Amino acid sequence: MTLITGTELQSFVLLRLSDRRFAVAANQIAELVPPSRVFRFPHHTSEVEGVILRRGRIVPVCDVAEKLIGKGLKSRRFYLIAQRCYGAQTEWVALPVTGDCELINAEMTLPSDTDAPHVSGWLSHAGDVIEVLNLAALTPGPGQPVSVASPLQPLEARP
Amino acid sequence: MRSNSPIKAPAARTEQIILFRVSGQLFAVSSASVQEVRGVDSLSGAAKEISQPTLRKVKHVVRRGENSVYVVNAAMHFGLPPAPPALVFVLRRTRTALLIDGIEKMTTMTRLQALPLAFCHEERGWYRGLTALDQTVVPVVKPDGFLTSDELFLLDASSSQEAEAEASNVAEENAQHGIDTSITQ
Repeated sequence: MTLITGTELQSFVLLRLSDRRFAVAANQIAELVPPSRVFRFPHHTSEVEGVILRRGRIVPVCDVAEKLIGKGLKSRRFYLIAQRCYGAQTEWVALPVTGDCELINAEMTLPSDTDAPHVSGWLSHAGDVIEVLNLAALTPGPGQPVSVASPLQPLEARP
Repeated sequence: MRSNSPIKAPAARTEQIILFRVSGQLFAVSSASVQEVRGVDSLSGAAKEISQPTLRKVKHVVRRGENSVYVVNAAMHFGLPPAPPALVFVLRRTRTALLIDGIEKMTTMTRLQALPLAFCHEERGWYRGLTALDQTVVPVVKPDGFLTSDELFLLDASSSQEAEAEASNVAEENAQHGIDTSITQ
């Protein structure tokens, strides 16, 4: 059984990975930017492809497609720059996406116990059922993944 | 009354760094961390071979006073394709000498950004952080990140074993030599 998180509509950004769409709470999104040069250097975190320079900040690029759709992206149209929580700290991560993003208002259904850790909820939009992503479970970070982050909670940004 | 003198912005803190290459990859190290830069040829006389199968990045050791300084192949450390090293950085306040391909230039960094937390494996011990120079991102290495204390322990053990074996060989040779000498006398 699932519960509806109240009747209030929340804002989400829909992102496209190949032919599938996913959602991230809009208050976790910093911006959508065109692809730029990815700087690579040796490291052992396979989920991180490299870093991009954005507004003077160095932002890691995390390709989440492998985890979400089972294959990496061959082409990318934008980077969706999102805030990722590490305990009390928040940092930007760049998620490569293959198509336009869309801002929608929708009600979120909470996840069930059987949902994957990266699912923080579900949306029903335009005939599709869309996963709301838990970036803390989806992108790498030190130690155990922190509990996210209902997208309804505002996230503190620390530059 | 307001002063007419212009308000000076505080000077940005800067740090002198050396940009160097390993297998074509650019890295930076604080120039204050580099005690000496030498050609690899200059090591050949002073360095002794060391064999630690679990640490293939270290093949030589140099005695410096009381200490053993271990020569780390930077390409192997970072998992980069092998390239013939030309220079060695002897790193200050460590027991590491680093084999590198060459120095790109010396420059100044004004900002060191902590390694993003998304990087969560061994690289957290390798780098002090990242810096942006001329629209390029360069990792700034941690001088003490090339050998962990466990690795140093292993190398010290291996080094002393080899020293003991060598001493024992010398003693055996001397003894042998002594017998031979007595025979000829």
